[in-house]
Amino acid sequence: MRNLLRGRLGTAAGFTLGAVLLLGVAPAVLPAFSLGLLGKFLCFAIVAVGIGLAWGRGGMLTLGQGVFFGLGAYIMAMHMKLADASLFGGTGVPDFMSLYGSGEVPGWWEPFRSPALTLLAVVLVPGLVALVLGLAIFKRRVKGAYFAILSQALAAAFAVFLIGQQATTGGSNGLNGFRSFFGFDLKDPSNKLMLYMIAAVVLLLALAIARQLMHSRLGELLVAVRDQEERVRFLGYDPATVKTVIYVIAAVLAGIAGALFVPLVGIISPADVGVIPSIAFLIGVAIGGRATLLGPVLGAVGVAAAQSSLASTFPSFWVYFQGLLFVLVIGFMPGGLASLPAAVGRWRRTPASASTPDAAPPSSTRPAAPDLPAPDPEAPDPAAPHPEAPDPEAPDPAAPHPEAPAKATRPEEVSR
Amino acid sequence: MELLIGQMFAGLSLGSVLLLAALGLSLTFGQMGVINMAHGEFMMAGAYTAFVVQQTISDAGVSLLVSIPAGFLVGGVLGLVLEAVLLRRMYHRPLDTLLVTFGVALILQQAARDIFGAPSVDVRAPGWLQGNIELLGAPIPLTRLFILGLSLLCLAGLVLLLKATPLGRRIRAVVLNRDLAETSGVSTRRSDQLTFFIGSGLAGIAGVAVTLIGSTSPYLGTNYIVDAFLVVVAGGIGQIKGAVIAAFALGVLQSVFEYSTTASIGKVLILIVIVMFLQLRPQGIFSLKTRSLA
Amino acid sequence: MWVSVTKRAFIPLAAAAMATVLAGCGSQIADPASAGSTASSGTTCVNTSGSSIKVGFINSLSGTMAISESTVFDSLTLAAEEINASGGVLGKQLSVISEDGASEPTKFAERAGKLIQQDCTAAVFGGWTSSSRKAMLPVFEANDALLFYPVQYEGLESSKNIFYTGATTNQQIIPALDYLAEQGTKSLFLVGSDYVFPRTANKIIQAYAAAKGIEIRGEEYAPLGSTEFSTIVNKVRDSKADAVFNTLNGDSNVAFFRQYKSVGLTADTMPVVSVSIAEEEVPGVGLDNVHGQLTAWDYYQTLDTPANKKFVAAFKAKFGAERVTSDPMEAAYTSLYLWKAMVEKAGSFEVDKVQAAAGGVTFEAPEGLVTVNGENNHITKTPRIGKINADGLIDTVWSSPAAVKPDPFLATYDWAKDLAK
Repeated sequence: MRNLLRGRLGTAAGFTLGAVLLLGVAPAVLPAFSLGLLGKFLCFAIVAVGIGLAWGRGGMLTLGQGVFFGLGAYIMAMHMKLADASLFGGTGVPDFMSLYGSGEVPGWWEPFRSPALTLLAVVLVPGLVALVLGLAIFKRRVKGAYFAILSQALAAAFAVFLIGQQATTGGSNGLNGFRSFFGFDLKDPSNKLMLYMIAAVVLLLALAIARQLMHSRLGELLVAVRDQEERVRFLGYDPATVKTVIYVIAAVLAGIAGALFVPLVGIISPADVGVIPSIAFLIGVAIGGRATLLGPVLGAVGVAAAQSSLASTFPSFWVYFQGLLFVLVIGFMPGGLASLPAAVGRWRRTPASASTPDAAPPSSTRPAAPDLPAPDPEAPDPAAPHPEAPDPEAPDPAAPHPEAPAKATRPEEVSR
Repeated sequence: MELLIGQMFAGLSLGSVLLLAALGLSLTFGQMGVINMAHGEFMMAGAYTAFVVQQTISDAGVSLLVSIPAGFLVGGVLGLVLEAVLLRRMYHRPLDTLLVTFGVALILQQAARDIFGAPSVDVRAPGWLQGNIELLGAPIPLTRLFILGLSLLCLAGLVLLLKATPLGRRIRAVVLNRDLAETSGVSTRRSDQLTFFIGSGLAGIAGVAVTLIGSTSPYLGTNYIVDAFLVVVAGGIGQIKGAVIAAFALGVLQSVFEYSTTASIGKVLILIVIVMFLQLRPQGIFSLKTRSLA
Repeated sequence: MWVSVTKRAFIPLAAAAMATVLAGCGSQIADPASAGSTASSGTTCVNTSGSSIKVGFINSLSGTMAISESTVFDSLTLAAEEINASGGVLGKQLSVISEDGASEPTKFAERAGKLIQQDCTAAVFGGWTSSSRKAMLPVFEANDALLFYPVQYEGLESSKNIFYTGATTNQQIIPALDYLAEQGTKSLFLVGSDYVFPRTANKIIQAYAAAKGIEIRGEEYAPLGSTEFSTIVNKVRDSKADAVFNTLNGDSNVAFFRQYKSVGLTADTMPVVSVSIAEEEVPGVGLDNVHGQLTAWDYYQTLDTPANKKFVAAFKAKFGAERVTSDPMEAAYTSLYLWKAMVEKAGSFEVDKVQAAAGGVTFEAPEGLVTVNGENNHITKTPRIGKINADGLIDTVWSSPAAVKPDPFLATYDWAKDLAK
């Protein structure tokens, strides 16, 4: 069985299983409202795939994914508003504009009348913004904490900007009240099902692309950059290019997710794109296992589902729980749930050697704490799977000694 | 003219608030590399300390003077606990400290709501801080003047501590070269704890100070945290003089932008200025000379 | 080439998946008119067979708006208990399902969908910010369900699926302006939080001022939650306006009033009329800072009506003597009773029958007799200007001689013609 799960056949089997569950089983058993919720969670999962790449694999703490999510979402929302306005209103001016603004469509909205341009922009705009930012930041070798704080500031500025431009962005209300999606009636349940299906397929495609990337040369370079940026530079590669490419991919995924979010959920507002939602994207990824392929997806869906069911019943409890999740998972289990079985297995075998590693970057030669529950929290990322382990749900407890495998700079992996 | 002076002072005053909020961060983030998102919540704890003290000592003047050291202690102890329980395991994972302390911030916010209730509470300003003095016709609020003085006092105290005491020398030694310091017999563990205690204590004082101008609510910290980080980033890591210049520059710039545009646009402009500035000087205004490649 | 895409099994699989999706497409909009008017697909699932009937409460119990909205939740709870104690609605006990809007419009939309589609509630009560209402509106319209919204708002809206039991602009803002004009105010400075309600309210104030010869000396917005008011206060002071019209929200009020006072401005030199500070907010803002300032609402705890005495006593008995009652709380309390009256008049819980019965329904509310206006689903209310007294409560200093009919689109005001295009 384990052998079956390995390699290409295993990937194909896993992919088929995912497709059957998402496209066949879920629509058949879930009531319409729950399916809509699941669709929304899948959008978060698409963002999570990108974060898993950039953060888990690349070590870039993308605290500003809300911006790219928001760009995709607002572009789609603007198109849908304009389309609705011409379909139903006749005037071609979205309702809120005549209410709060001059009653004229501003010039920068006009391109989004066209469905084709909208679809193009959903991909290109977040991608280009990320490209410019990525080049500006990574070429200047701004990294680590600076990158994280700047991303966060950007998310804050984006939300403040959206709120301030009420006449053209809907302000704190955001954009909502959509009735059609590329001509399809949004009230029709079969169209809602179609939207869900599209989200599911996009997620599966995103996973396929992410897997390809992880196994490509670029993917290995990325892990190498995360672990030893200088060495990669000495080897003649440009870490900035590697990082920028992945950052752009993560941004594009977030943008597409945002564009799907709007018709599925029916609203986008600045509260969905600011600092808090940007950080919230990360927790699911961390819980599932940031450096794995499926971990971020399962984590994002799990956290969103838990929030949906728990938060309303116990709002106060949920905040504590969410806070604790951050503390416990990131503090004590940086590999996420995906690292759990491997960690337990390792701990059973060698409980005494829990604090050995020299895997930490040179700046940290602090003595390891001997009393840690997780065996190897000192390594930057114990969860990075062996490249051949296809399925983080079933990480192999018998895998080679786990202290080492994350090092993509190991000769045998680079030469693959 | 009157308005110009008023605005200049508004900028200085905003700068002093930013400085108070950022001084502690400059220590914990700048010198130890820990991105403490709960720093804002330590401020909130300081603010609620002022509230609790005022419940016991009804004289607003005395309670304010008692609150400042009390706020320092409360913030400092919270920082110590955070350092001991979580952060000491994570010094080499600075990005993860950001997320862990964000979780701590959520918990502290909710705890404040459960203890003190969601509505903001009232911390009265003492009689001798109510009103204003006139400077060429422009009213200079006494509370603002007090905060300006307090922030300069904290700054002076911190500089003195770092430059003129054995403790400060040890802290600086650890920041410059942890291994060498340790080999030379400095207890890095101890110096880390003290640094964190002082840094978090300063957040507590900042919290007490902002009760004079704003509301004391569970969300107090969220208003300051991003700005405070930007001050540290713009000033340069580990650079207290950088933080001072950055704080006052940002304060003045923001009140200029806010005056000439609107408050929202002013906020966006400030962020854009910082991002552009970091393009020119990724290391901030001042940078620590190290042999690191980056 | 870094990324080597070799042939893998999932590419055909993905194609197959895509085909499945496209096969699932539903109707396209051929005739917009009919598509717009078709009733919801989800026919109502409300169960009226048992001895109880479900209703939904949706309030922010977490996030920044929890401060205000939890009080509305409390007064809704009180009303539900009272109604159940006196025999329920049409003999059925109310079974309340509560949802947390978490201060986010998206959450409100999602949770409202749950209350309607999954919980099958007969009516939903709650919402506070304009954005929460705007977010829920399409959800209630698409599912043809009922929402009772209990907070004063910016007007320019009317939906057959929403009953507005808070004041619209001609029951709060315009009377406040009338009052100021009556007091001889010649110039105003407008300060608000940067979101929908203040911006729309100020648009109306600008139109009013232009028509009545009041000079607007400035219009400033602070980001929501902002606590830095030096610049705005400097501008206000410099303007030397007769009065300030304040549409700030929440904690910003605390910072604004403290800093306002610290540059030497007082209720005597430059009074501030606030439309978002009620009894509940006064302690947080600090009584010192707002004592003597003006407010505009339709209800104050100090009102001397038998219904109000009963309401205040019941509320304090349930939630504690230190608690106060405010306008939105009263409007929420009233909204549940109004729904009860509508259902009983209709003799049914069905949405279209309740809607048909709504016009003319009355209730002896704590603020006085209110009547539902069947045309716009708002209610008549009596505007009152209040002054914050030394106890932190609000005394009525002026009250409209008669209840004012709701006019959300200001159709009866000549100067407002251009506002509601």
